[in-house]
Amino acid sequence: MDFTLPEELRILREQLRRFVDAEIIPHERETLEDSGDELKPEWRARLVKGAKDLGIWMMEVPEEHGGAGLNLVGRAVVWQELARTIGLPSRGETITGPSVRHILYNLEGELREKYLLPVLRGEKKACFAQTEPDAGSDPGGMRTTAVLDGDHYVINGTKRFISGAGRSHFMQLMAATDRAKGSRGGISCFLVDMDTPGVKLGARYQTMMGDAPWEIILDNVRVPAKNMIGEEGGGFKLGQKWLGTGRVKHGARALGVAERCLEMATSYAKQRATFGKPLAERQGIQWMLADIYIELEAARLLVFQAASKLDAGEDARTDAYICKYFADEMAFRAADACMQIHGGIGLTTDLPIEKFWRQQRSYRITEGASEVMKHVIARHVLKTY
Amino acid sequence: MKIVVAVKRVIDANVKVRVKADGTGVEMANVKMAMNPFCEIAVEEALRIKEAGGADEVVIVSAGPQGATETIRTALAMGADRGVHVLTDAVLEPLAVAKLLKAVIDKEQPGLVILGKQAIDDDCNQTGQMLAALLGWAQATFASKIEIAGDSATVTREIDGGLEKVAVKLPAVVTTDLRLNEPRYASLPNIMKAKKKPIEAMAPDALGVDIAPRLTVLKVEEPPKRSAGVKVETAAELVAKLHDAGVI
Repeated sequence: MDFTLPEELRILREQLRRFVDAEIIPHERETLEDSGDELKPEWRARLVKGAKDLGIWMMEVPEEHGGAGLNLVGRAVVWQELARTIGLPSRGETITGPSVRHILYNLEGELREKYLLPVLRGEKKACFAQTEPDAGSDPGGMRTTAVLDGDHYVINGTKRFISGAGRSHFMQLMAATDRAKGSRGGISCFLVDMDTPGVKLGARYQTMMGDAPWEIILDNVRVPAKNMIGEEGGGFKLGQKWLGTGRVKHGARALGVAERCLEMATSYAKQRATFGKPLAERQGIQWMLADIYIELEAARLLVFQAASKLDAGEDARTDAYICKYFADEMAFRAADACMQIHGGIGLTTDLPIEKFWRQQRSYRITEGASEVMKHVIARHVLKTY
Repeated sequence: MKIVVAVKRVIDANVKVRVKADGTGVEMANVKMAMNPFCEIAVEEALRIKEAGGADEVVIVSAGPQGATETIRTALAMGADRGVHVLTDAVLEPLAVAKLLKAVIDKEQPGLVILGKQAIDDDCNQTGQMLAALLGWAQATFASKIEIAGDSATVTREIDGGLEKVAVKLPAVVTTDLRLNEPRYASLPNIMKAKKKPIEAMAPDALGVDIAPRLTVLKVEEPPKRSAGVKVETAAELVAKLHDAGVI
């Protein structure tokens, strides 16, 4: 059993660390637009150049589509290092290339020309429209329906909390083709252009993390039947294949956040003296630091175990749930403890802690709430033992 | 022309170095290591000379324990061609390193040797100079600019109070200062390519070099802590304090 990263990833990690420390952290409050989910154009140009120099541009895109095709363990190293700063959007835009919805790689012919290739060239953006006012953690209960009418589907419903909808050219839309079956064969997946008649952006929600997701209203939207991806009712299964990767990404990102919080908390605890002694000499503070470190090391093992299992093609669904749950919760506790150790200054926007704290608080809810992760983990335990 | 670059694996510049409790040295267990920053600059300069057509091969040499392989590999990932690792766990003093480098250089016959001016761990600033003396070559230390023309190099040196330009006949030994260049990042594709580049390992004995220390370390200790200063409100108060302290 070998717990060390391969030499090439250790070297990559060093390079990324140097890049983030030198090029991003000194400017981390200046790089983002007010919306928080996009880089300012001048910073995008600068940091994308950096990503290209580092060879991590298009790292997620498979080699056959012209990307670097980095494996998940390698990507986890990159996600971890890039998450050490608040200078990059936590959600939304990345500096490692256009965000390509995995489902697009399955496209062929005309759809491939229309959707995958423009995304790879950076000309089109896509959003993922699944969540609804009454269907977040329970997508099977969604009320948006798609009804076949000749060679078109007619779609009606409302989607909520859709990140990036306002700047997207099309959406990967999940809709019920059979509400009775729900997530067991009743949900289908469609690619829908945002300028299709009947698609309207509704309310925009300003969140505490900075980004502002949208409501999308679908009013008798006619979508060509050929824009349905996979079989009718097979939309859910299609997405499943990639969920593990997303959860490992959560875990890896959380490692970077917690590591930065540990660095800051420790350094501050050594400098800051109260009642004649540095904070670091007080047991109450030492235990906080020890807790962050213990949990960070535990999360690191979970993240890289899940990543290497998925790379090996194993069924690592439960590992991925554990990874998302434990690492996102862990990094929230790390940010919270880091803030507590800093006292008043930790609350200010002079330091990145409050931003990490807000981000991490949100990840306990989004992209799989902690309780839902535990729910599926419990199901696994009850089945296995 | 072939360029040899010597690199050293040192405690990472961001790590706070701590003296061992028994005073025999600094704490090295579980400490993050990295390439000496001056050596990174040396590698970068060699690569730039090669890319500009001034050299056809860059060879990286390091002496030290197994871990030094990773430092050599990092230099290969930046773009160097191959590595030589003199493998030893012994404590190496600058003279021993200079002798090992000379032995490797005698075999390699490069037209130029570039080293960092010093390593950030012991700050000796001796190896390059000793190496030049052992080889009987010209030396140009603390380089902030290197221009190669034919069989000579013009090196701009950073000296107290300004810059000095020296012309050296090649082969020569050059040591780098901070402002010579900004080292590149090793890119992921180049890191992968570096896995296949050869690193030749050899023992000091095989080079016929006696690396036994000539110095005895009596004790390693932290520098004395400076006591806190005093803030003064006015110039008059400052003068009064200096008077009281008997400084003026």
